[in-house]
Amino acid sequence: MIGSRVRGAWPLSLALLAGASWAQDPKVDPHLARNLAATCANCHGTAGVAKGEMKTLAGRKEDELLKLLADFRSGAQPATIMHQIAKGYSEEQLKLVVKHFAALPAKP
Amino acid sequence: MTTHQQSELQRRQLLLGGLALAGMGLAGCASMSAGPSIGRVVVVGGGFGGATAARYLRLWGGNVDVTLVERQASFVSCPISNLVLGGHKQIADITRGYEGLKALGVKLVQGEVVAIDPVAKSVRLADGSALAYDRLVLSPGIDFMSDQVGGLQAALASGQVLHSWKAGPQTVALRKQLTDMADGGVVAMSIPKAPYRCPPGPYERACMIASYLKTAKPKSKLLVLDANPEIQSKKALFEKAFKQHYEGILEYRPNAELKEVANAGKLARLEFEDVKADVLNVIPPQRAADLALKAGVVNINQRWAGVHWLSMESTALPGVHVLGDSTFPGPGMPKSGHMANQQAKLAAAAIIQLLKGEAVNATPVLMNTCYSFVTARDVVHVASVHQYDAAAKTFKPVPGSGGVSAAANQVEGRYALSWADNIWTDMLG
Repeated sequence: MIGSRVRGAWPLSLALLAGASWAQDPKVDPHLARNLAATCANCHGTAGVAKGEMKTLAGRKEDELLKLLADFRSGAQPATIMHQIAKGYSEEQLKLVVKHFAALPAKP
Repeated sequence: MTTHQQSELQRRQLLLGGLALAGMGLAGCASMSAGPSIGRVVVVGGGFGGATAARYLRLWGGNVDVTLVERQASFVSCPISNLVLGGHKQIADITRGYEGLKALGVKLVQGEVVAIDPVAKSVRLADGSALAYDRLVLSPGIDFMSDQVGGLQAALASGQVLHSWKAGPQTVALRKQLTDMADGGVVAMSIPKAPYRCPPGPYERACMIASYLKTAKPKSKLLVLDANPEIQSKKALFEKAFKQHYEGILEYRPNAELKEVANAGKLARLEFEDVKADVLNVIPPQRAADLALKAGVVNINQRWAGVHWLSMESTALPGVHVLGDSTFPGPGMPKSGHMANQQAKLAAAAIIQLLKGEAVNATPVLMNTCYSFVTARDVVHVASVHQYDAAAKTFKPVPGSGGVSAAANQVEGRYALSWADNIWTDMLG
């Protein structure tokens, strides 16, 4: 699964397609999306609602967040740090993460 | 039955009674606290690892009994503590309470664990009380190998020399030594050979002390005595900061291992020279904390605790999970508060699954960010993402990911403070 990671920029359509069958794989932890999203929580808040300068992720549209992450990876969206972090996750993982945050309320 | 268990029983009876009265109005709480417990988890150490583990066990675990044992009444953050030394923050700014964990149903015990019985599955506290567990989490941080430097133990014990590598009274005391020093004085700080807690931390500290001297005591000097052959993290960025902001004040010396502290903490003896200092700050060589040694989980180089990375369970003691700076790290994995917080969430998820007899997540991810202040406002970062490698049974940094700041900047200065606010909230509520 991790081996399917694409190093450079990846097409958005692929990202949107990925994950559907993968998420139903019985070998995959049912809490995977929650666990992956928790790796973002240090900065973006336990439930995706951030304090201060960090961006709130909760309640945002999946395709908006995926596009942003793809742009961080390609360099189209300049960043201080997210261009480096986004490249560490597979497209399947990012898809699960944004789906998780999109389903959370934007305000606590 | 211990007093603790009795009070827990009373608490549950009260809670169940309250729920009956309130009916379904407390459905959210009921799902977290009512019903039979799936297990008892005792967490020892309320820092970045332990507090996060306690919080996420409650958030994710439903009916897990979680007890957090911590010596201190409140949490004082090591990250941002160098700003207190520089006079840019106060100790109150980096201190947080444990009320948020209590509100979430974590039982807080202020005390010190003195013994662990892995067979009886019980920990004993200094006051003689005992806590039974099904799973134990140890997040005790580091302790010092101060016997490796002559005279250091006595100098630390007397308070003549401060380490300030555990934030709290030591931070306040070192700040006072700096403010008490006359202009024209010499500050020397000693950095131990890696590995130690927080790889960029000593160099951030050097910047923060120098920033104070630059404005308040410009005739003074800071000697940075590094036992390592070079700066251990964000090297080019720190070198640039030393030159750009602190030339003439800060002098960096590589391969300058401290051998002995003498003259009431005013003399640092190196291999080939003696350095006189008005203030001597020694960051001692480090190992897993005393508690990890006592528990019997220190099994690598007599210094660190080996863990199974899918659960953070000790490779020495089944049922005991070890988090944070006490652990022997995976490749490229720093000893940082951020990493301890990440490991804690992995452990919390795994412990809940183990208590339920389920398989643990086979594809976890950990990531790290360390921000360092080079001036009161300018910050540099290092970041990394670590994916679990099933064949190697460890985490490996993802090639092409992670990295450092292009240059020190004030945007990241604001991010760094928000990072602290968010991670403190993520661990403590």
